[in-house]
Amino acid sequence: MRFICLGYMDETKWDGMSEAERSAMMEECFAYDDELRRSGRFLGGEALQSVRNAATLRFRDGKVQITDGPFAETKEQLGGILILEARDLSHAVEIMSRHPGVRFGPFEIRAADDSINALIEAREARGGVK
Amino acid sequence: MHEDADEDDVEQVRRLVETTYRDESRRVFATLIRLLGDFDLAEEAMHEAFAAALSQWPRDGAPANPRAWLVSAGRFKAMDVLRRRVRFDASLAELAARLEPTTAPPDDLEGPDVEDDRLRLIFTCCHPALPSASRVALTLREVCGLKTEEVAAAFLTSPATIAQRIVRGKAKIREAGIPFQVPALDDLPERLDSALAVVYLVFNEGYSASSGESVTRANLSEEAIRLGRLLVELLPEPEATGLLALMLIQESRRAARTSAEGDLILLEDQDRSLWNARHIAEGQALVERALGSGRVGPYTVQAAIAAVHADAPDAQKTDWPQIVALYDVLARIQPSPVVELNRAVAVAMRDGPEPGLALIDDLLDRGELAHYHLAHAARADLCRRLGRAAEAEASYRRALELAKQEPERRFLKRRLRELS
Repeated sequence: MRFICLGYMDETKWDGMSEAERSAMMEECFAYDDELRRSGRFLGGEALQSVRNAATLRFRDGKVQITDGPFAETKEQLGGILILEARDLSHAVEIMSRHPGVRFGPFEIRAADDSINALIEAREARGGVK
Repeated sequence: MHEDADEDDVEQVRRLVETTYRDESRRVFATLIRLLGDFDLAEEAMHEAFAAALSQWPRDGAPANPRAWLVSAGRFKAMDVLRRRVRFDASLAELAARLEPTTAPPDDLEGPDVEDDRLRLIFTCCHPALPSASRVALTLREVCGLKTEEVAAAFLTSPATIAQRIVRGKAKIREAGIPFQVPALDDLPERLDSALAVVYLVFNEGYSASSGESVTRANLSEEAIRLGRLLVELLPEPEATGLLALMLIQESRRAARTSAEGDLILLEDQDRSLWNARHIAEGQALVERALGSGRVGPYTVQAAIAAVHADAPDAQKTDWPQIVALYDVLARIQPSPVVELNRAVAVAMRDGPEPGLALIDDLLDRGELAHYHLAHAARADLCRRLGRAAEAEASYRRALELAKQEPERRFLKRRLRELS
């Protein structure tokens, strides 16, 4: 099964870290990502820029509205995503529990929705846009 | 004799550099941002280009096209800066290579593109993905060329706060990939709304100020009008025209809207001979142009309302039926309880206080305006005119509890005293 792991982090904590602390922490994460790659479990991932550089789209009054934000009432922001291959949720939890990133902020682990993905595949098979 | 002539020439060239700086520096800056893709580098390059003009023009004579000369000089200066920096940061090599003179077509330095550069700069600084406070600070700093300290003084905040907003805004433009572009036709209405909102915010910041700080803040209104003119000149969209008209007609009342003591004077009590006739005439002509386009937006309707007021010799002789009709249009294209409140006041002027009061009470019952001091002040005023003194007093007191600006509070206190 594919799991999407959403890694959250407290940006103010990150801002407060020294350059050395940051790179040490990232090196640890990269090393574990490499381990996942070698075992074929790492299907993809992206690190995200600060929420300060985000744009939010909303549909309101019949049109798309752009604003800055998201406005963080919560302290923790999405910092990166990782797509993981695992047998089941407990397996995914087991793998991500060993990921050094969890010491920095929570992971939200969500299974890919295969019924919707199947719909998309069926649509592509009918000659939709690839 | 000959030496004197030379000195005169030198003096004349020096003055030319100065006027060029005043009139053209923002255009040169905008074009350099497009060519260099970096605000800070463009700023540094522009200043170095003007410094070079000061030393070279008196010696070699002024160029035929000073602006093109400055842009070209700025690009070379930027390349020097980058070459110096490349030694410390290899990632800049790519940018430096992009700037080599062979890569830029010469017509980049003149023609319609250069006019577009200022428009690009406005749309970039007013991008809706930027925090609103950054949009305003960036626009005043980068488009209008105000110093950080001037922006801070006008917004009654510290230069450090404004500097932070500007730095964050520029960082976001760079890192989030906000393009230096005039939006495509599809996005234009919405993006123009965002730019016009920034301009109107700047205007109101300068217009709604109390007397103490009125000098610096009046400059903000002038700056907003200048920006409005620039937008109309570069992009004659009806709503840009409408906003400029609205600002001009509001500005025309500046001398009449406060007393010598800094107290607010309501529209109906203003000495209309103090209204600036030139601003009114220009504003009215612009309203007509915007209305004639057939695409009428909220700024244009508000400007039309202001224009009807400007036409009347006093409050009694105002064309209230037309004002109510315009508020009907405004309520349809931009529904809001505040618009309904204004419409209710106009209805009271057209049909008498009682129907107006009924509308305001409905609005207050719906709760949306319960904490809006002007709703209670308007209610109080209508009760006063109906001779319902106790009700008027209660509403003035409620308004006073909610009002924050000192001139408005003084006005409400004065009304309360008059009642008793």
